[in-house]
Amino acid sequence: MNSETQDNSLIREISAEKYRYGFTTDVHTEIIDRGLTEDTVRLISERKGEPEWLLEFRLKAYRHWLTMEMPHWAHLDIPEIDYQNISYYADPTVKKEGPKSLEEIDPQVMKTFDKLGIPLEERLALSGGVAVDAVMDSVSVKTTFKKTLAEKGIIFCSMGEAVKNHPDLIRQYLGSVVNYRDNFFAALNSAVFSDGSFVYIPKGVRCPMELSTYFRINAAGTGQFERTLIVADDDSYVSYLEGCTAPMRDENQLHAAIVEIVVLDRAEVKYSTVQNWYPGDENGRGGVYNFVTKRGLLKGVDSKLSWTQVETGSAITWKYPSCVLQGDGSQGEFYSVALTNNWQQADTGTKMIHIGRNTKSTVISKGISAGHSQNSYRGLIKVGEHADGARNYSQCDSLLLGDKCGAHTFPYMDVKNETAIVEHEATTSKISEDQLFYCNQRGIPMEQAIGLIVNGYAKEVLNKLPMEFAVEAQRLLSVSLENTVG
Amino acid sequence: MSMLKIENLEAAINGKQILKGINLEVNAGEVHAIMGPNGSGKSTMSNVLVGHPAYEVTGGTATFKGKNLLEMSAEERSHEGLFMSFQYPVEIPGVSMTNFMRTAINEKRKYQGLPPMAPTEFLKFIKEKRDMVKLDAKFMNRSVNEGFSGGEKKRNEIFQMAMLEPSLSILDETDSGLDIDALRIVADGVNRLKSPETSVIVITHYQRLLDYIKPDIVHVLYQGRIIKTAGPELALELEERGYDWVIKEYEDSLK
Repeated sequence: MNSETQDNSLIREISAEKYRYGFTTDVHTEIIDRGLTEDTVRLISERKGEPEWLLEFRLKAYRHWLTMEMPHWAHLDIPEIDYQNISYYADPTVKKEGPKSLEEIDPQVMKTFDKLGIPLEERLALSGGVAVDAVMDSVSVKTTFKKTLAEKGIIFCSMGEAVKNHPDLIRQYLGSVVNYRDNFFAALNSAVFSDGSFVYIPKGVRCPMELSTYFRINAAGTGQFERTLIVADDDSYVSYLEGCTAPMRDENQLHAAIVEIVVLDRAEVKYSTVQNWYPGDENGRGGVYNFVTKRGLLKGVDSKLSWTQVETGSAITWKYPSCVLQGDGSQGEFYSVALTNNWQQADTGTKMIHIGRNTKSTVISKGISAGHSQNSYRGLIKVGEHADGARNYSQCDSLLLGDKCGAHTFPYMDVKNETAIVEHEATTSKISEDQLFYCNQRGIPMEQAIGLIVNGYAKEVLNKLPMEFAVEAQRLLSVSLENTVG
Repeated sequence: MSMLKIENLEAAINGKQILKGINLEVNAGEVHAIMGPNGSGKSTMSNVLVGHPAYEVTGGTATFKGKNLLEMSAEERSHEGLFMSFQYPVEIPGVSMTNFMRTAINEKRKYQGLPPMAPTEFLKFIKEKRDMVKLDAKFMNRSVNEGFSGGEKKRNEIFQMAMLEPSLSILDETDSGLDIDALRIVADGVNRLKSPETSVIVITHYQRLLDYIKPDIVHVLYQGRIIKTAGPELALELEERGYDWVIKEYEDSLK
């Protein structure tokens, strides 16, 4: 049979996929006026009761941001964004005084996180124990298991709280991995950032439970600009998870976050993301713009950082979780599944910067494109002059469903040390009609068959996720592709 | 009891007419062999019966256990008890045999209004069926057909047949690419699954497989039509004399 009939019989009309997190919460939220000026930056800093040095940090970033232009090099078609038509701070918590116990949090907010499957009461925590920092719009509403963790000297709290209680650590590390000058969105974030999480794992401590932050956008007309900082001191270990959802709205919402990770001698950090921001509807209306800078500095010898991401949401994703391999023998990993459907666009990948000797990096990227979506992998492997024995292996696979979508690979290599070994492999494939029919003949209907095949394709990456997350990610991959094939 | 009744079935692929009026009736408990030279429409016939979307039915009827087969989706046909052992089983990377079979079994149970099978029950069930076709446990954790040898793939087909407990199984050129030992194991499995309530259609080019799976009735398919039907002795005669004499007999009858 010719390939055209194959495609036509394979791919049918694309209709609305199910997005089960699209509800809004009716909670009293104080939202500052739209627009961004120096006064906005001062107002945010004042609201958060910040010290002078942090206000200065913000203002420097803001002034620099004014001199910058939005980057256009990505394989993305980004509509004009009116930065003066966004509110940069929205606080859904009780304002008289910060909430001190669960009872003081608006029950609507509690309900929201319940509905999202994120229990904020410790007794309801997922088996195995997961501590949660729950962030709605600009503010952290609750962090669980703080006490249990504090017994081991672990700090896990909102960024706002960390600025108050651990100013020395924040001053030392904030902006040390992602400078405000790094890029347009990094400058914007550094000027207006609000709550993300702060994690500090002391020397020699293995964090006894998974730490996680759940980001929820709720208020309309706002953007979310969270900032997360993780510091793993010598010989420590932590596994950190990040989840995110937003309501279904016709307008686009901007999410521009920074995540900085510092890994010291022989420490190990695993950072997993299941990104499920609202992707927009089947006509490409609405959805979150996800412009995020994530980077880890592997400062210590034999340090290790592993990024695992499952990206199914957002209208547009611009995201390159990276590793700066500075310490000798440090190891960076990037495992990614990026799924785009309908009119979604994703330009995502990683940068592995080899500076230290005998540094190693592994990149496994699995793109899945359906509908009219565009899905790009963009990766840079850079090996510096002194990085003797540096080793990289990259594998980029693309899976296409239908003939209206696009998959692109942009691998860059910049190798300045001749002892380095850099390997790149890339494949592009389609789900074959024969695979689908084989499943059908065994009684597995089309949608389940696609879910099964796509999950099989992404398995190598899904296996890297902690158990609870892997189950959720598998479900998401199947649901996000519902109705792509008739 | 009639298991399958096909009347004047016609089918095309990419606009090309392949089946030109097939008539066939298979009763419960019977084993039918469909033989014929290359390009006679054997594989088209099996694919049409299981509802492969690339084939278009252009005429005729097919009734399976009293129901209109041609109206059902491929998965409904499966749930109703129709199974095909593929000539070329596809690989599905990353999907373990266990996961694949659990999905298949639970979809069937859903169709029957039953709850999903409990994990322990499922593992017991899988072991029992594995033993039946002598398929090693290690295959269950491997991806569907990935890295399986030709013989392992065919044994895996029969294993799936055992798991799904179909009423009518179509073995599409199951003997192709099998050495004699593999052939015997596969045939053994099929024979063990045989019962007065189930039927088998063996589609084959050669007599070889029929030494192990004894047919009750043998048909010769040629140019999209069944041109001769007889007892098991026909298969032996075809092995000895080839197809030419049957074709000649048929062509003479048309004159």
